Amino acid sequence: MISEKEVQHIAKLARLYLKQKEIQKMGKELSLILDYFNLLKDVNVNNVEANSGSIDIQKNLSIKEVTREDSTIKGDSTKEIMKLIPEKENGFVKVKSIFGK
Amino acid sequence: MELLNLTIRQIHKKLLDKEISAVELTKVFLSQIDKIDKNINAFLNVFNDSAISQAKEIDKKISEKQEISILAGIPMALKDNILIKGEKCTAGSKILENYIAPYDATCVKKLKKAGAVFLGKTNLDEFAMGSSTENSAFKITHNPQDLSCVPGGSSGGSAAAVKANECVFALGSDTGGSIRQPASLCGVVGLKPTYGAVSRYGLIAFASSLDQIGPLTKNIEDAEIVFDFIKGKDEKDSTSVKLDSKKSNINLKNIKIGLPKEYFQEGINPEVEKTIKDFIKKIQEQGLNVEEISLPHTKHAIPCYFLISSCEASANLSRYDGIKYGKSNMKEKELNILDTYLKTRGQGFGDEVKRRIMLGTYALSSGYYDAYYLRAQKVRTLIKQDFENAFKKVDMILTPTSPFTAFKIGEKIEDALSMYLVDAFTVSTSLAGLPAISMPCGEVENLSVGLQIIGKNFKESEIFKMCTFFEKIITNN
Repeated sequence: MISEKEVQHIAKLARLYLKQKEIQKMGKELSLILDYFNLLKDVNVNNVEANSGSIDIQKNLSIKEVTREDSTIKGDSTKEIMKLIPEKENGFVKVKSIFGK
Repeated sequence: MELLNLTIRQIHKKLLDKEISAVELTKVFLSQIDKIDKNINAFLNVFNDSAISQAKEIDKKISEKQEISILAGIPMALKDNILIKGEKCTAGSKILENYIAPYDATCVKKLKKAGAVFLGKTNLDEFAMGSSTENSAFKITHNPQDLSCVPGGSSGGSAAAVKANECVFALGSDTGGSIRQPASLCGVVGLKPTYGAVSRYGLIAFASSLDQIGPLTKNIEDAEIVFDFIKGKDEKDSTSVKLDSKKSNINLKNIKIGLPKEYFQEGINPEVEKTIKDFIKKIQEQGLNVEEISLPHTKHAIPCYFLISSCEASANLSRYDGIKYGKSNMKEKELNILDTYLKTRGQGFGDEVKRRIMLGTYALSSGYYDAYYLRAQKVRTLIKQDFENAFKKVDMILTPTSPFTAFKIGEKIEDALSMYLVDAFTVSTSLAGLPAISMPCGEVENLSVGLQIIGKNFKESEIFKMCTFFEKIITNN
């Protein structure tokens, strides 16, 4: 069972604000889901390598095949990207102050 | 109107023979959307004006006798997590409600070059997380076969739009079944290509080691045509691979088909099972070799998939911080930086996305990483080995796509775990990276049953060849 305190801790790590009602519901749901996921504990994984997803042909590609030459190319969407930024000044992205007053 | 049912090749011929113009054709589909989408809700955004101007350009090329591709003038739709420059792309989320894509996805670039006509963007579960399209922040899509049922998900809008003849074809994305399962529930064809076959550049990321873009179509030939246009190496996606363009010359009579016994056990609807088994009898009568195989880790695929995909999602979705783009609380002066993050994300994400972010963050957090994430990655290796062993004995694997036909709207949405179990037959192939297609092979009480055909890596052309044969058997009955 995942406690409310644990839910609050995880929510903070995930940078998610949850209302009190959401915290209670989340604790119950995550507990149910993780209980089911305990199925994985029955599997013998001794000496099994972890797989991060890539299929063999990708693992065998050389660095040269997956990188391009280190040369400058013209970006074609700078203007569009700048338009999306909620708060900006002189071509810079504005953030909230990070150091306390 | 019979124009709505035509295949890509048939439309192409009519355009070249000047039996119909691209503008007329586009108008037929736009008016179909106008007429019926209020009942289906497949679309989030319809490009009435730009679709017509795209079609005009094709008509101009035809009248000037310029060469056009087979996709030129073909009206199609895009899942709303694939970027078209200058158009909104929401991923079905409030956090991207006003996001205007600053560039084209690679597959969009390729389709634009081919002259396809973009009719609009289709509905999806928020960030492609779900199996019913009920998790969209904007609307609920209805299954064209029965409006009280879900279309499946997460590419439910794309599958419904194809089924309801609101477009000739659509693109979707598949992370754990999000193309194949809605294809199965709506009665259309849906391909999840091999991981790496199609560039993911411009697809809004959910779980990067699993995501693939693929076509939803009305028949196998159309799926192959679209796939051939969107596949291939892209320097903007380092996992994309250059593919052999040779068509398969396999002799179907020499092909061995495996039926994994684990897919015909508890959990499957008996009528669905019977439909699939009847079809298998038919292909055996046609002389195909079918044998039982075992994929022993099948029951571990759901936890393995949901752990890995949620972990990846929790990292991928950290970019939605209210600072760079999307929904933002930056303008609220009294909020500090942490509160800005918390509030933007707390208000912007829906319940299922929050659940997955929490699940992923938990499984990656100190003290739980080894027990959950690392263990899931090891089980992923075992699932992949199951398939490698099976493919030593057989060339293709055949299963039901979904344990049941379309379920009712509202039936599962309150129970997260029961919704996760919906994907039982599609997640294994995603974890192994393998290509798989779903095609309709029968009906139970007027709702489609989908057949899943899984092939070896990058052997899409063998799958297409086999499915073309299957299609003939199904339509002749």
